[in-house]
This record gives sequence, structure tokens and C-alpha cells, in this order.
Amino acid sequence: MENAANSTHTALIHDPSTYVIEKEPYYVPVGNEITLFEAAYANHLPLLLKGPTGCGKTRFMEYMAWRLQRPMITVSCHDDLTTSDLVGRYLVKQGETVWVDGPLTRAVRAGGICYLDEIVEARKDTMVVIHPLADDRRIMPIDKLGQLLEAPDSFCLAISYNPGYQSVLKELKQSTRQRFVAIEFDYPKPSLEREIIIHETGLDAAVTDKLLKLAEMTRNLKGNGLEEGASTRLLVHAGKLISKGIEPRVACQGAIALALTDDGDMIAAINELIGALF
Amino acid sequence: MKASLQPYSHETLLERLEELYEVEFTWLKVEPLVAVLVNLDRDTQDFILGWAMRLLTTNVYISHEFIIRVVEALDRLERRVIEAWAVHAADIFDQQGLRPALMVIQQVDSFLENAHAHAEGITFAEVESILSTFVCGLSGRRLKLAQGDSVYTDSETLYLPNITAQLIKSKDNFLLCKAQVAFMWAQTRFGSFRVDFARAFAAYPDPAQALAAFHALDTLRLEAYMERELPGLWRDMQRLEALDEAEKREDFCAFPRLQSPDATVNDVLELIPQVLGLPLPQRIYQPRLDPQAVTACMLARMEREKILLRVKLAELVKEHQEETPPDLPLSGEEEEKKAVEPPEFELWEMQEGQGMELVLDDKPIAPPEDVKQLLTSIMLDWGDVPPEFLVPAGEGEYDPSLYQKEEKDIEDVWKGIYHEEGAFLYREWDFARQHYRKNWCVVRELELSPGDPVFVDKVLDKYQGMIKHLRRTFEAMRDENRLLKRQSQGDDVDIDALVEALADSRDGREMSDKLFQHMHRADRSMAVMFMVDMSGSTKGWINEAEREALVMLCEVLEKLGDQYAIYGFSGIGRKRCEIYRIKRFDDPYNAATKARIAGIIPKDYTRLGVAIRHLTEKLNAVEAKTRLLITLSDGKPEDYFDIYNTQYGIEDTRQALFEARRTGIHPFCITIDQRGKDYLPHMYGHANWVEIDDVKKLPLKVADIYRRLTT
Repeated sequence: MENAANSTHTALIHDPSTYVIEKEPYYVPVGNEITLFEAAYANHLPLLLKGPTGCGKTRFMEYMAWRLQRPMITVSCHDDLTTSDLVGRYLVKQGETVWVDGPLTRAVRAGGICYLDEIVEARKDTMVVIHPLADDRRIMPIDKLGQLLEAPDSFCLAISYNPGYQSVLKELKQSTRQRFVAIEFDYPKPSLEREIIIHETGLDAAVTDKLLKLAEMTRNLKGNGLEEGASTRLLVHAGKLISKGIEPRVACQGAIALALTDDGDMIAAINELIGALF
Repeated sequence: MKASLQPYSHETLLERLEELYEVEFTWLKVEPLVAVLVNLDRDTQDFILGWAMRLLTTNVYISHEFIIRVVEALDRLERRVIEAWAVHAADIFDQQGLRPALMVIQQVDSFLENAHAHAEGITFAEVESILSTFVCGLSGRRLKLAQGDSVYTDSETLYLPNITAQLIKSKDNFLLCKAQVAFMWAQTRFGSFRVDFARAFAAYPDPAQALAAFHALDTLRLEAYMERELPGLWRDMQRLEALDEAEKREDFCAFPRLQSPDATVNDVLELIPQVLGLPLPQRIYQPRLDPQAVTACMLARMEREKILLRVKLAELVKEHQEETPPDLPLSGEEEEKKAVEPPEFELWEMQEGQGMELVLDDKPIAPPEDVKQLLTSIMLDWGDVPPEFLVPAGEGEYDPSLYQKEEKDIEDVWKGIYHEEGAFLYREWDFARQHYRKNWCVVRELELSPGDPVFVDKVLDKYQGMIKHLRRTFEAMRDENRLLKRQSQGDDVDIDALVEALADSRDGREMSDKLFQHMHRADRSMAVMFMVDMSGSTKGWINEAEREALVMLCEVLEKLGDQYAIYGFSGIGRKRCEIYRIKRFDDPYNAATKARIAGIIPKDYTRLGVAIRHLTEKLNAVEAKTRLLITLSDGKPEDYFDIYNTQYGIEDTRQALFEARRTGIHPFCITIDQRGKDYLPHMYGHANWVEIDDVKKLPLKVADIYRRLTT
């Protein structure tokens, strides 16, 4: 997908209900998450992916969608997400009302994977709409249409959230969370992270090791002024800049220090750590 | 313009200085000052007199001495540096008293010598925040930064001097601090202190010389580590070394053994005889080695951490047993074995240098963060975790006081001399000096003892009608989720509106565009902090009024569902500022809170600024879109026989409110002082204060403020 878009200057248009990822996304398993996912999928169990930002949750979903060869519809949740945004709504077209399916409905109809990213950002009352789909009924009532959709075997519901930085206000309701099989993600082990960075950025091992050390240092700062340490994604960003010829200190300042925080002293301290390494 | 002004004449100066220094009381001689000033141009005279007046508010002798000494400095120093010198003296006066401050003024020569130190030097305060975060990012034990008389570490705290100014540029001086901090980190991280300092050097004819040799050799070893671990910093360190103007002694010949990645402190010890008697290289970033401090700190820590680890492991075992249900019934023999042998932990080395893994009964256990930290710290001290450390502590094996931090009773702290331990320190604005007095006020938070609970019922009874009225006022402001029909934008089609619009269009009339419905979400997000004056002057009806008003406010605020907190403040002097918790943000409005409101009693004085600063911090800690700080007061800021009763207090309060406003807080004052209009507009701004003469008006005023802020 990425390559296709890169090669031309116009975006490719896909229908999300039918589009299946063709090229295998790069994903290195950290533990048994693939078998766990497949077992849950076979048993019609919905999945909850937990983990810090940038540790590979979304990449994992892409990989699983490719592996299962099912279309994946992603919804990035936010404060104003309403039930209608998920289920669908009537629109007015030429004096007539026309029903338009929301992403969740589309995924159910197409028997695809519906991935609700950062679910805690949505309001708790909105999320109740997924409850009938997330238990053994696997149904989706659409009152406005007078329909009851029964999800096909291939339909899969997955949600993700980051338990780290959310406040108490943004916790998942027990009635929601207790319907899911949870898979916990964390930053990969150094050797694996090294492999990932080298693969994604093409850097040599020496610079990669320094990036990893920097990641470790920022992760030591978690809870001491930083909400999160540098994620694998940020390391990949920095690595890509460096491999394009940007000076490592500058690349890390832009891709890591400034991306992590706005606090002046903290940025200065991270810059000092970068300066000590590179 | 300035150039055309005539210098002050001898008579004018004499008159002015006599007045300034109140010579008939202080007996200070002003003639020498006049002699000093009279030959200067007007601009310089004004500059010196201006600073003398600013210093005068600090202390008359400092100001007097300042004028005598300043002339020596005038030719050689920029005005900026002279200002720094004056402020430094005032700071020293605040911290250490008159004599040391006078020394600063008198030793203008040494200040001149260090003039560049004060201009290009880096102060501890400037580096503290950045470098403590920096050192926290490096692995290993959590190290603290503190100000000391020289650069050294006791293996837990890294000490840096007040001013670092060995190098010419301030940027390099900062780098030097960073290199020193990193070097001391390396000492703890790579085991420089795993030496028995008392014995290791005793056998040498000159133990001090041997210790120095050890330090020099160990520096070489650590440099090799720095080069590998922090190559960027190592480059900077070499550059700093080259900048250092101190006389260089030649390096030893290279010791390849110390360059090896697994060189330990034992290698260093073995090499000592080879370098004895040779001149020792001294690096600019090399800290002082203080074996006594290290040993004392390490011994205490090693013992404490052993106990702490064993206690924590016992807790882990307990948790673990609760989690795993007992599996198959054990045979008699096994049962016996289990009962006799306490569970034992093992540490397994994980792959890829990932550190260690804690294992209980062959099952890896994820240790909590504090246990991880402990294990790291123990490994740094011992090089390994000794097996006896991994035996969980038995029930009652250790006295909890050995490992628990002693919680001091706040009330006790006030007894005897003033302890500042555990208190909050705040700065205060000195308007005459045009600078903050650092760490000037000492604040403690105290629990308010509950009063008569009947009070609240009485108030509810007395103001029944009033409360009903207030409830309606506040309810009107309440926001609820509601469906808005006939909107031009929205989530969904409003079918009624659409049907009408279609009918209209068939009739040939214009079609409305308001065809949607929109769910309006209640999104009130407000936090209010009530800051209640508990000074002695509120005694009588004002105190009564405050309490009654608070009861009514609580009753109606509960309806509104906003977050609110109530704190009282009082105190005597800057060293004894007190904040009383009446209702914290997460306290419910229950019997205990009601009793505390009833228990608000007049206490001492009104040092407003510090209370505002403290409560601003508290208010900023809650999540809310709008933050409101309402002060209920009966008068001007004042304190016990203190400068605070003058314009100083008003200006400090004003400054504290500025600071609060900068963080996005809306401060507001409700006062019962009828002379409030003399000073309140200056402090709070014209629109942000209100004067009331009747308690019943107070909640209504709060409702007004609310409406203004939320709609």
C-alpha cells in the first residue's frame, strides 16, 4: 500500500469493505500474540490490545488482517464519536433520506475486521453499542433501519488502548473490558528492537545501538517528568532521518526529544542525553 | 536628557543620605558616602542611590557598606555585574544573616576576581533541574543532585558547588557540570566504590598517596567506560580538558588493562604500586574522592537495602501464594517439606544482557518497579546479589522502624526550633528589591480539627429559603446532555424537520436548512478553590459569616457537580505559614467535612501571597478547563510585626496573583473590608473583587462569578 502510494502523486482509492492488504506488513512477533489472536479469532472472541504508544499494536493488526486476508476497517476514537458515527445514519440526498452505513456496520456486513483504535478516547456511553457484537450473540441491532445484523464467522472486533497515560476519567468500563481477550504489548526486547530498526531504516548496527541506548534512557525517565519513554516508532523515525543523511543529534532532537514533551527543561535534559551519546 | 542633568550637590546628597539612613537613630556616618558620591556624574549617582535604596529595605548596614565599596567596583565592573553583586549580597542576607552578607559586600575584591565567575559562571540552580533529569536517564541507582562545597559524591547524592566557573564561556561551564555529574554517575555505576577504603590503603607507607594514586588510575578506567558508553560526552570531556588552563602534568603511560571492557576496581588496586611516586594527572572534570562519605553512606544503605529487599520479597511471596490456588493435595512428606522450607528466590541472568530475572519456585516473577530498583542498587554495591538477600524475611524478623521511613508528626515539627523539614518552601516578592526572596516562606498543611456538627444544621435551618433560591440559581447554570432539534449541522437527520421542509418545498416555499439534530453534551469542567481567611481579625461575625457562606455554597455546589475544595490559611511570620485542609477536591461533602467547616476558627495573621502560591499549585493539579481561586477575606495582607503589613505585602500578593493568572487561573476576591477599594483593585484588578456587607450576598456573588466565567 505504502509503496503504491509512493510511486505516484495521487492517492489510491480503495473500498474499505473489500480492500485486502496484499503485501505482507513487516512484523516481528514478540511473544505468542499471533497464535493467541488466531485462536481467539477462530472462537469468535473479540480482542483487546493494550500497550504503550508506538509499540506495534496497529502494525500487528495490519499484519493479522493480511494473514487472515480480511479487510480491516480502522476507527480512530475521539471525544465526539457518536453511536451514529459507528453504526450509520440517514443523509439527505436530493430531497430523499438515504441510509449510509457507519464503519462498524460496514465491517460486520463485509465480514471484516473492525479495529477501534484508542478506544478510551471515546465516551463510555458510545462504546455500549459494541456490546452485543462483543459477546457470544455477535449481533448488531440497527434500530433506525429495523435490521438485526448477525455477524458472519469471519467478522472480528478488536480494540486497543494505552493503559499508561489515561486518567481515571478515561478508564474502560468493566462491562466493556470484560468481553475481550486481552493481549499485552510492550516495547520489544533490545535484540528484537535492533532487528526492527535495522530492517525499517537500513542503519548500521553501531548507530542502531546508540538509538537503543537513548530509548532506554528516556524510558528510565518515565514517571520522572515524562509520561512515556521513546517508542519503537520514534526510534524508527529518528533512524529514517539519520539514514537520509541528517546529523544524528539533530535527527534525535527532532524525532525524539521534541516529540516526547513540550517541557523546556525536559527537552534540554533529553538533548543532553542525546549529546552524550552521539 | 540625562546628560544635561546636574550632579547632586554636596548639600543635597548629605540631606538625602541623612534621611535615608535615619542617622539620628542609626548613628551611621554619611559624610564618607557623600565624599564618594559627590564627584560622580548624575547618572551614576542615581544608579548607586537606586540600588542603595533597594538594599536599604533588606538591611541598612548592607546598604551603607554598598555605597562605600561600590566606587572601587565602578571602573572595573559592568553595571549588570554590580547588580548581580548587590542581589547576591541580599540573597546571602536572607539565607545566612547580616555578617556573611556584609562579607560579600566588603570583599568586593574577591568578587572582582570572580567577576567573570558571576557573569559567565553557571549556578547550581541553573543546572539542577536539567542535570537531575539527565542523571535519571542514565541507568543504575537513582541519584540525587545537591549543592555542596565541592564536587564529590557519597554514592547516593552528587554534590556540585554553588558556582562553576573554571572555564571562560558559560556554555563550557555547563558542559563541565554535565561531565562532572556523568563522571560521578560512572563511579557508582562501574563499581569504583566496591573497595574497602579503610583497609585497602593501610598497608602503604603513605595511605593518602596511595588513595590519590587509586583515584587517578580509576579515573583512567572510568574514562574508558565513558568513551564506550557515552561517546558524545567523551568528546566534550576531551575538549574541556584541552580548554583547562591549569598546569598539565603528563599522563601515565597507557594501561591497556584499564581500557578493557571488563576492567574492575580490583585491577586498579593492583596497579597502584606501579604509579606510586609518579606525578598524578588531574582532570578538570575529576571530582574529589571522599572515602569517608562514601563508606558511611554505603554501609547504611547496604544494611537498609538488605532488610528492605527481604521484606519486599516476603510481600511478593504472600501475593504470589494468594494468586495461585493450592493445586493437588500434597503427600505428607511434601507437606512437611513445604512447611519447613521457606520459599527461596533465585536470580537468573536473562538473555542478551537484559539484566536479571527474579525466579520463585522455577517460575519467573515480574518484580515491581521498587524491587527492580532495589536489586539494581544492591548489585551496584555488591557486584552481585548475595544469596542470603534472596531469603524472604520471616514474620516479625525485622522491626518495621528499620525500613520504614519515619513519618514525623507535623504538629511536633513546630515544637522547639523551627524545622523546615518536610515543609513546602515558597519564594516571596520583594517589591523594593525588585527581586524574589528565595525559599522565603515555610508552609505546612495541617488538618483542621472538627467543630460542632450542629452548626451546619443550624445554618440549613436559618437560611432555608435562601438555600432554595440559591439552588435554583445554580441549577439554571447546570448543563445536561440534551438533543437539540432543527440544527443546521448535526449527527443525524431531524425527521420532523425534514418532513416539514419537504412539504414546504412541494408548496413552492423555500426549504429550511435546519434539518439536523445534534446531541449537546454537557461538558462543564470547572474547579473552584475557596481560600478562607482564618486570621485573628475575622473573630466574631466575620468568621461566622464565612462559615455560614461556606455551608450554603457547599449545599448548592453539590447540585452543580463541579469540583471544589476549601482550604483555610493563617500563620505567624514567614517561617510559620499554615494551610488548613477543610475539603480537598476529592473529599466528599459528608459529616466530617461539615464538621471541619464548623471548626473554622480565627487564628493568627494573613500572609496572603504564600497561601495563593500554595493553593495555586494544588488547583493546577486537578484536571479542569476553568480554574477559579476565590479568596474570602476581611482585609489587607498582614503579618506579625512584619514588613508584610506595608506595601510589601500588597505587592507580594499582587505578584502571587500574577503568577496564578499566568498559569490560567481566574483569581477572585470577596471581601468584607469596607476599605477594600483602596488596595484590592491594585491586587486583583478592577473587575475581580467584590465587597459585601451581608453574608447572604456571598453565595449570590459566587453564582455571579460562575455565570461570568462559564457563559
